[in-house]
Amino acid sequence: MAGNLVNALADLKEEEAIKIVKDRLNANEDPLKILGDARKGMEIVGKRFADSEYFIPDLVYSGEILKVVSELVKPKMTKEADSKKLGKIVFGTVAGDIHDIGKDIVVFMLDVNGFEVIDLGVDVPVQKFVDKIKETGAPVVGLSGFLTLAFDSMKETIETVKSAGLRDKVKIMIGGGQISEEIKKYTGADAYGKDAMAAVTLAQGWIGGK
Amino acid sequence: MEKKWEELSPDERQEVLFERWLSPKDHEGNDLKFNSPEAEKAYKERVTRFKDAIQLKKLPDRVPVLPIVGFFYTFLAGFTPEEVMYDYEKAVSAARKYVLELEPDVHMGAIGPGPGKFFDILDYKLYAWPGHGVSPDHSYQCLEKEYMKADEYDALIQDPSNFYSNIYLPRIFGALQAFTAPSLTNVLEIFGLAFNFVPYGLPPVQAAYKALMEAGDEALKWAMAMGAFNEEMAAAGFPASAVGVAKAPFDTLGDTLRGTRGIMVDIYRQPDKVLKALEVLTPLMINTGAGAAKGAGLPIVFIPLHKGADGFLSDEQFKKFYWPTLRKLMMGLIDEGCVPFCFVEGSYNTRLKVIRDVPKGKTLWSFDTTDMAKAKEMLGDVACIGGNMPIDLLAVGTPEQVKDHAKKLIDTCGKGGGYIMVNGVALDEAKPENVKAMIDATKEYGVY
Amino acid sequence: MEKKWEELTPGEKQEELFNRWLSPKDPQGNDLKFQSPQAEKAYKERVTRIKDAIQLKKLPDRVPVFPMLSFFPAYYAGYTPQEIMYDYDKLAKAHKKYVLDFEPDVNPGIGIPTPGRVFDILDYKLYAWPGHGVSPNSTYQCLEKEYMMADEYDTLIRDPNYFFTTTYFPRIFGELEGFKMLPNLANVQEMPFVGPNLVPFGLPPVQEAYKALLDAGAEALKWAGAVGAFGNEMAALGFPGGAGGFTKVPFDTLGDTLRGTRGIMIDIYRQPDKILEAMEALTPVMIDMGVSATQMAGNPLVMIPLHKGADGFLSDAQFKKFYWPCFKKLLMGLINEGCVPLPFVEGSYNTRLEIIRDIPKGSTFWTFDATDMAKAKKALGGIACIGGNVPTDLLSVGTPSQVKDYVKNLIDTCGKGGGYAVANGVAADDIKPENMKAMIDFTKEYGVYKK
Repeated sequence: MAGNLVNALADLKEEEAIKIVKDRLNANEDPLKILGDARKGMEIVGKRFADSEYFIPDLVYSGEILKVVSELVKPKMTKEADSKKLGKIVFGTVAGDIHDIGKDIVVFMLDVNGFEVIDLGVDVPVQKFVDKIKETGAPVVGLSGFLTLAFDSMKETIETVKSAGLRDKVKIMIGGGQISEEIKKYTGADAYGKDAMAAVTLAQGWIGGK
Repeated sequence: MEKKWEELSPDERQEVLFERWLSPKDHEGNDLKFNSPEAEKAYKERVTRFKDAIQLKKLPDRVPVLPIVGFFYTFLAGFTPEEVMYDYEKAVSAARKYVLELEPDVHMGAIGPGPGKFFDILDYKLYAWPGHGVSPDHSYQCLEKEYMKADEYDALIQDPSNFYSNIYLPRIFGALQAFTAPSLTNVLEIFGLAFNFVPYGLPPVQAAYKALMEAGDEALKWAMAMGAFNEEMAAAGFPASAVGVAKAPFDTLGDTLRGTRGIMVDIYRQPDKVLKALEVLTPLMINTGAGAAKGAGLPIVFIPLHKGADGFLSDEQFKKFYWPTLRKLMMGLIDEGCVPFCFVEGSYNTRLKVIRDVPKGKTLWSFDTTDMAKAKEMLGDVACIGGNMPIDLLAVGTPEQVKDHAKKLIDTCGKGGGYIMVNGVALDEAKPENVKAMIDATKEYGVY
Repeated sequence: MEKKWEELTPGEKQEELFNRWLSPKDPQGNDLKFQSPQAEKAYKERVTRIKDAIQLKKLPDRVPVFPMLSFFPAYYAGYTPQEIMYDYDKLAKAHKKYVLDFEPDVNPGIGIPTPGRVFDILDYKLYAWPGHGVSPNSTYQCLEKEYMMADEYDTLIRDPNYFFTTTYFPRIFGELEGFKMLPNLANVQEMPFVGPNLVPFGLPPVQEAYKALLDAGAEALKWAGAVGAFGNEMAALGFPGGAGGFTKVPFDTLGDTLRGTRGIMIDIYRQPDKILEAMEALTPVMIDMGVSATQMAGNPLVMIPLHKGADGFLSDAQFKKFYWPCFKKLLMGLINEGCVPLPFVEGSYNTRLEIIRDIPKGSTFWTFDATDMAKAKKALGGIACIGGNVPTDLLSVGTPSQVKDYVKNLIDTCGKGGGYAVANGVAADDIKPENMKAMIDFTKEYGVYKK
């Protein structure tokens, strides 16, 4: 039974997944266990994406299915999920850039892989990154950007982190749109990730979790 | 022309459109007066260079260079994007400076994202633009949302224009919110006819139309300034690249109607509706693209490609959802003598063997991060290719690096013609010396 | 309503629309104030009578009488058709006189004689109307032509509204010539595409066309104000309005004012598939047309004048292939949204009766002209409400006693068990008032059901 939900999610079978969840809720199963299975399914989705077996629509759709599942399960939850998070990551689209699709996918994949992501949104002022790093003590920062203007915004953000004395306390990854290895060098980031699973791998390497 | 347009073959139509590009007219419809015999010669050489590269019949004299610019010329002239969007003279003077100083083979005019005041009048909600949601020195950005809802496919499919005017426009233009009249297809026999006109008497609807006319006035003013600039550049020897634009039907749905997230979920939840809507949209895209090209006497129709890139869709999804109607669009344009210019964002490595299926010498493909050796290998015998000059290099590299990359590209793809030098994505922030290096290097190494 | 509209069954939707018709609202959306308790009672009795005749569930108190009108009220009140088309006061006066003098079960409203000034402003070419191509004392007449060409099916099918505005309107409205230059809005896409695609709205011919459209709108609004006020006044006096909406059968849509009679007949042979495809494309559009009007009016009846499907116009095989399938789809689309289609059948339908039986019970109301009513009752009795057939020639040149005899015979033939309404066969123009009165009064007298 439990295996079914994991597979249904991993195989993107929405109707089947919903039916299983409803059946298990009717059988008074612990909602947290159901959510746990759903997350296991999502991990498989992530793996398949990393293996180029799945593509962006699959990631987006799996997110939609998970949303439906969570909405079914939530009313039955008596306590908050206390799943241990692996570590904190401050994430946002840099100043001047308001693109959120790519950023949202990465945040989502980091989240389902067990990281606690502090999502600062889009067009994030430089100082806000610095403040959040201080406030949360997050060891990893993710900067997203779609446009070429993000090159300078990222550079400036990283320089400000540096002048706030935080540069050696955090690892910084960048990605999105026109970002490349070349831009990693230009901005002084620690790494460039080409997609959502690359971000997960980087975070796992820096924080652990695999 | 002796034969009527309808009687010409696609080949003949393409020749007619190239002929018209080669012999430009002024705004009164007379033969354009060039500034000098040299300017005329340069103009014709430039157009011929493109024509030869595209048609794959004769080797061009050298590799043509076509920089795709966003706000690059604005920055070059020291203006902000906001300034050129609101002051058409500044836009023209910046574009003039760029063309005359850097001398690209063709230019894209001074249009940018369009006239700022026009968008103000309509209260445009779909984008933030310089000084209006983004900083005055930054480019425009799309505010993605589901401007078409998941349950509105039938409305779009049944009657696209009714969907656009009564459902879509009120959402994307604040000033047109009152556009919710009953369908004009209700105007049938005399019985009850006047009821259909009642909404047009309501003050909010009248105000909306007034705004639309005012916006039209502004768009016309702007279009005349842009037309005058293109004419001025042509007289100086620099042809304009394209005025016709079209979009892959899948991008039409995915970019500004359903949005990225919406279309990706629809692929799973209602694939048949997506396919039907794509079929419905295709002829509309063909008509407008071909109409603009024929009106202007310029065969190239610019088609920016977005959501079909590697990773965005699986191979199967690309073949099922993206390619069939993109190909139909291209074939429709080719039938009308146009040259579809697909500007491919992202990478297309896995798509090359699919897109090979186009008639020889009728299309132009510019790539971003696609492997160019592979592209040449797969497309070399059927289509002209270009692109891949990386934006990051142009933004943060050195002129030497740019020259090296240009040389490498020409060595890889230039052989036998069918190649043009293009940057991978539109240029905003880029070092002028790097753009110059790209153009100059092509002129230097690209001679056949 | 507790359930949402989408969750209701067609039957529940119909009931809901009848309830709205039974409890009319004033223009502010409040419950309408009737002139007197008697007026309120009479209003509800009239609606209920029609409802019972249509639904076939309960026997009505008597046979309803539902006269079909064209310019009759103008002639009766001593005005020319031209006068009431241009003077909304005279228009209301004439109709009020008709309703109060004759007391029919429904008030025809004043929306039918369309305002002349709207046509003048638009330079309407499709019809001649009183004082404009025909005598001020005549009714309007269609100027048949191919307003849609034989090779334009694809454009119509692809994008009906675009075809109508940019191709059809410039042909039927002289002042909308500039619409030829309108862009297809489907190309209003990413930002750089928007400005260039909307340039046509700055062109003088387009702006002039819109000015004409907005002027016509202002005039139509004035007229609509008079129409609304009249409807309220009559309802307050106890007379419910007639149809809430109007639509057409896709085959007639194509054959009447697009391709024309000659055009569609030839197309049946030369390009039958295009006709079928075009009708498929028009069907949802025609459904929406009826549904949205009844929703606004709060009255379930949708008038559908039927033209080119009559006996003799098409063979049986052609009727079954070209006319009936989309007609049925239209009926079902309307019924599913709670509407009651009111097909107004011109000519005769004797050979069609067996085909049109195939509809859900108690949800349509057919008015016939020259159809054999005994046959109609036999075929449709227990399935649909029928009416009509009081002949125009009789009403024009006959005597009141002849009319009474005719109506008696009709009630005897068709009235049994309900599901019947007395009506004339063709919309009335210059008929004898005493004959109209005879038709109405005799129905009230003879048509009472004994329970």
